[in-house]
Amino acid sequence: MIDITSPDFWPELFWTLLAGTWETIYMVGIAMIITLIVGLPMGIVVVGTEKGRFLEAPFGQRWIGAALHHSITFIVNLGRSVPFIVLMIALIPVTRALLGSFVGTGPAILPLTVVAIPFFVRIVEIAIREVDPGLFEAAESLGASRWLTVRRVIMPQATPSIILGSATTLTSIINFSAMVGVVGGGGLGQVAVTYGQQRYSWVHIVFVILILFVLVQAIQGVLTALAKHYGLPVPRRRWFGRRRDAQDALLASEANIPHETPTDPSLEGDRK
Amino acid sequence: MIDIEHVSRVFGTGQNAVTALQDVSLHVPAGSIFGVVGQSGAGKSTLLRMVNALDRPDAGRIRVNGQTISNADPRDGGEAGIVGAALARARHDIGMVFQHFNLVGNRTVVQNVEFALEATGTPRARRRPKALEMLDLVGLAHRADDRPSQLSGGQRQRVGIARALASEPSILLSDEATSALDPETTRQILDLIKRLSRDLGLTVMLITHEMEVVKRICDSTALMEHGRVIESGTLEELIGTRESRVSQQLFPVGDHPPTPGNSVVDITYSGLDSNNAVIARTARELDLDLSILGAAMETVNGRQMGRTRLAIPGGDAQAQRVVDAVSRPGITAWIVQEVAR
Ligand SMILES: Nc1ncnc2c1ncn2[C@@H]1O[C@H](COP(=O)(O)OP(=O)(O)O)[C@@H](O)[C@H]1O
Ligand SMILES: [Mg+2]
Repeated sequence: MIDITSPDFWPELFWTLLAGTWETIYMVGIAMIITLIVGLPMGIVVVGTEKGRFLEAPFGQRWIGAALHHSITFIVNLGRSVPFIVLMIALIPVTRALLGSFVGTGPAILPLTVVAIPFFVRIVEIAIREVDPGLFEAAESLGASRWLTVRRVIMPQATPSIILGSATTLTSIINFSAMVGVVGGGGLGQVAVTYGQQRYSWVHIVFVILILFVLVQAIQGVLTALAKHYGLPVPRRRWFGRRRDAQDALLASEANIPHETPTDPSLEGDRK
Repeated sequence: MIDIEHVSRVFGTGQNAVTALQDVSLHVPAGSIFGVVGQSGAGKSTLLRMVNALDRPDAGRIRVNGQTISNADPRDGGEAGIVGAALARARHDIGMVFQHFNLVGNRTVVQNVEFALEATGTPRARRRPKALEMLDLVGLAHRADDRPSQLSGGQRQRVGIARALASEPSILLSDEATSALDPETTRQILDLIKRLSRDLGLTVMLITHEMEVVKRICDSTALMEHGRVIESGTLEELIGTRESRVSQQLFPVGDHPPTPGNSVVDITYSGLDSNNAVIARTARELDLDLSILGAAMETVNGRQMGRTRLAIPGGDAQAQRVVDAVSRPGITAWIVQEVAR
């Protein structure tokens, strides 16, 4: 049992939590960076290689597009359907072969990355699907290259959603990182297990919960602000009906729909 | 100059097949404003998208300024049309504006225009000045750093026009560019397109479901229905064509119950101040009691044009004499209905 009244308790608690927090931030951070680098292009490619989209036939070859599309879809579906605990165990030999060991913060990054990438690819995929097809058409009509279209049209439009999705991804990596701690991966999860479970210190548990809560709040807050900065529509507070028109106009304008009096819309149903 | 030759396009296969275009041929002369009108679903957008190869035909050939864009006629040397860098270059010479503007909402107005210049490979240093010059041309240089969402619909369309013309194309395509705008803004945008087309020597192909648009700026027009062009020509030609539906829609004179003993004659005129003097003189010379059943007059493309429907007593021979008497360059007349008995 741990003695809360002992003079060493609080300093020891402080250093334990500090080390655990740092380990969590470290492995989650590295896993997120790798996820971004790998997941972003995968997400763009998996949507782009769909039939009728901008990467349908890379190098002029349809089969390359189809092959890319199907392999990424397969990987994503596989990754998403395996429970994390199973994935972690399954990856032990791989981790050992790559890093020589499977315990510790470093090796924990691998399963965290593997679980986060499929999740993030889906997020990128959804964000890109939300981009108005008219914009692709406009870019095409201007004779813009694919790469330029990705940089100047797709990314600016999809960035706010991708940033918001990154917050969700980060939160779930933090979640999984606690599970890694249970099998010796370090971080706050391991603190909770070694002190809270094995030595019955509710103080440790309470602090771990608090730190994780603050961490998730901070991530969500910072990334939401960033998403707004990159163009996420900011909904106006609406207390009374009077505000409604202003808000409709705002939302309409955000969606690039003109809100001036349209000429009889029934005359022209266009195909979107 | 745009040449569309025997173009067909079918979407889907088997039971779900939709024939969007059926053997469509059109010639859009260099420097003219050509309007394609028709109901929703007639195939107008599909036709327009063929011109810059956003879509390819299943049969037929499309040429722009003599260059083959698409060719689906295998007998024709097997040349299927341009792709890759050649297609991109051809598209730099063809600007396009859209019903919903299609501006990138998370980039500023000037960045939207710069994108067109980036697409042509214009060096960075020259993009900003050129983009601002284009915005100035459409009267929006002062809104350069705003987001499209801060602009009205008409202003957004002007940005769309600036973007389409930034690469100095010789062709401008417009897909219902004014259909989402109110009537006043529509007129402003049409006048802008007309002014720019004259100043920059553009060939304009626009599609619309509104006769108003044709009336305001088009030199020539084609009417589409169910994937076919059912009539086409200059407005003057169509106005003087008895069967022309464009003419009937431009100048509705109404259906009048025949009065016993009278024949009905239509007189159409284009490019004259008025035909009233002609009608009055004819009535006097032939000593007839003409009555006007209906008349429609419009300023079409800056000129007075119209149609008058007359009831003429005294039998078919008399009606024919009226037709002969009024006919001259700029005036066409025909007997709509012989004597009702
Ligand atoms: N990509 C497509 N896939 C299937 N059908 C299409 C497609 N594009 C157009 N069509 C069909 O072709 C016909 C003509 O459409 P469209 O050219 O958009 O007409 P308009 O512009 O005159 O309203 C319509 O019946 C439409 O449903
Ligand atoms: Mg259309």
